[in-house]
Formats: sequence, structure tokens, C-alpha cells
Amino acid sequence: MEVITPRTLDEALRLKSERPDARPIAGGTDLLVELNFDRTRPETILNLAEVPELKGWVRENGSLRLGAGLTYTEAMAPELAELLPALAEASRTVGSPQIRNRGTIGGNLGTASPAGDAHPPLLVEDATVEIGSARGVRTLPLTEFFLGPKRNALAEDELVLAVRVDPGRQPQTFMKVGPRNAMVIAVCSLAVGIDRERGELRAAYGSAGPVPALVTAPLDAREDFPDLVAGASSPIDDVRGTAAYRRHALRVLTKRALDRVFV
Amino acid sequence: MKIRLVVNGEAREADVWAGESLLTALRDTLELPGSKNACEQGECGSCSVLLDGDLVCACLVLAAQADGHEVTTVEGLRSEDGLHRVQQAFVEAGAVQCGFCTPGLVVATAALLERVPSPSDDVIREELSGNLCRCTGYAKIFDAVRLAASRA
Repeated sequence: MEVITPRTLDEALRLKSERPDARPIAGGTDLLVELNFDRTRPETILNLAEVPELKGWVRENGSLRLGAGLTYTEAMAPELAELLPALAEASRTVGSPQIRNRGTIGGNLGTASPAGDAHPPLLVEDATVEIGSARGVRTLPLTEFFLGPKRNALAEDELVLAVRVDPGRQPQTFMKVGPRNAMVIAVCSLAVGIDRERGELRAAYGSAGPVPALVTAPLDAREDFPDLVAGASSPIDDVRGTAAYRRHALRVLTKRALDRVFV
Repeated sequence: MKIRLVVNGEAREADVWAGESLLTALRDTLELPGSKNACEQGECGSCSVLLDGDLVCACLVLAAQADGHEVTTVEGLRSEDGLHRVQQAFVEAGAVQCGFCTPGLVVATAALLERVPSPSDDVIREELSGNLCRCTGYAKIFDAVRLAASRA
């Protein structure tokens, strides 16, 4: 087993193409658990924590580019929280301060858990994923990125570089159900936004189907929207909750979220 | 593999296994057993340390990722003048039962007071939510945090 630590993005992409089986690590909050519990022994670990191009966020022509290495703590900081309030709310529910200081948006996407907390707010924001490899850069709508539980659209030589969003259009919020407020994997989660420009209600759920998914409806469908969101989900019974409970919770959360954002 | 890092203000070198956590390196190689090993999945906070000043779970940091960085453990909080004011407050408030969670809570509290000198109870609750005390001695722990804050 070996750790390789590129210092530039070009070097990272070259290494990933030369060693496609290398497991990327950013904050390590997912991979270290697997390593500590002997669940994985990758031959190569690609340490992305020293790649400056993946860090932070920037404004680009009215859009925002969130580097894959953006931590939840950074997403909660006032300036970004004002631009992407639901993402900030979701970040605040991630683990604990210790986890939020390490865990990254790009890592959340890479792991592609149906319960990933950053996914619903980014889906509501119509985010696109910037994906890079030694072959070049491509973008993909986030709705097409999640393929199944812990499966995403990355080819083996590709890395998540950034998430792009065009914020400021919609009042929005995020909600999550779990046994306590900290250190909780979502039983189910929900982001809701109102996009007046498009005349759309937008909701995205997590932990209520094989992938986090987006549900939209016309603005005047407010009354039916809770049923629509619950009906669009496809939850399962598991250790954290039953399918019936998750559907019910999504219905309740959607109604609450709409009450919160319709002001 | 070899890593070089600054631990508690001192330049150190350690020979680590590639898949090893910073916690294992601190405890087994660098002979700093203050950070405790319990859940190994970031749930309990007993391994809390500062990495470049940020509070992290040492069990969730790859040792190799600490190469070239600065780590402060509970051992590093003490100065020549004696205990850190958070350590002293934990002693005086009786915020220690079995003691296993204490190093992590002390580091987390020190990090909190660095950013928020006089935290409200809600802020304390939120900021220490990643540190579990299985003796459930939270009332005394809160007393200790308030006491340490009052001595800034």
C-alpha cells in the first residue's frame, strides 16, 4: 500500500490516469473508517489534500465554482451561507465540528451515498459537476451524476474537480430527520426551493431512494407538492427507518419546508 | 513511509504504514498517548486534536496527510506555567469521571474558546456535539467550559 500526494491538479490527473485504481482521499472521513475497520486495502491512495486548485470557492461570471475540496465548515461561513443557504443548513447537520472541518463537497459526491447531506441542496440549485481527467474536463448535470447507491458517473481515470451553481434565484431550506441533531446519518433529508424565474417548486430528497433525486412542479402546485415528493421517492426498510416512515416524513418535511420558504 | 510534521511545537519524524491514521502514529510511534482511541470512526471525539489549528478527529486523518503539517495534542496544551486554563477548569469543576473522553473534550473546548471566548450554552452544546461522555457527565463538563471561559 502506498500514498501518493500530488501538489498540482495536472499532477493529480496524470497520476489518476496512470493508476486508475488509486483511491482518492480528501478529508478522509469516509475512507479512514474503511481503512480502520479493515474493509478496504487499496494498493494506492491518492491524497488530494495538497492540490490548491481543488480548494475554496470563487465567483465566475455570476456563477459560483465550489472546489471539490470545499469543507462543510467553509460552506457554513457567512458569505457562502448567504449565497447558498440550503447548502449551509445541510452542512451544519453533517457529523460534528471535527467532521465538518475535514469532510468535503467533492468527497460527498465521490462517495455518492444516497444519504449524502450536500446532495439535496445542490440538486435544488441545479448544480453541474466539473469532472477532470488527463483527457480533459467535462461537465455533467448533478441529476445525471448519481447512478446508484455509492455509484457515480466518474470514469476510473476521472476526479471531481468542482461543483458549479448559479445561485441567488430561490428562497430555499434544508431539513433532515435523525435520532439526534449531531452525528447523524439522515433517515431522510430534503431540500426545497422556489424558483420564481422558472415558475418552479423544486425539492430534492436524500436517503429515500437508491440515489438522491430532484422533484419539480409548477409554482401553483403547492398543495399537491408534499404528496408528489413522497410519491416520487422509492425508500427501503433498513436499520435507520422503514420505507413507510420515510415517505411519511418526506410528506411532512415538504409541507413544513414550503411553509418556511413561501414568505 | 516517512512523514515529517510539527507536533506540539516540535519537529518530529515518524515511520508510518501508508494506511495508518494520525491517531495510531501519535499513540504508537510518536509516544503521545493522550489522544484516546475508541470508536475509530469519528463518532466519539476522544481522539480530537488540532491539525493546523483546526479541530479534527485524529482517527479520520491519514497519517500521511499530516506530512508537512502542524499537530497539537492534549499534551501540547500544557505550558511551562502549568496546566492550560481548560485543563485546570476540568480539574476544578470535577468534569472528569472515568476520564476517557477528557483529552478530546479538553482539546475541543480549547479550540472552541479560541474562536468564541464566551460561548452560550447552545453554542457549547453544538460545538462539543462530536465529543461523547459515556459516563454522561455533561453537567460538570458544561461547568468546566463556563469556568474556563470566565478566566480568559
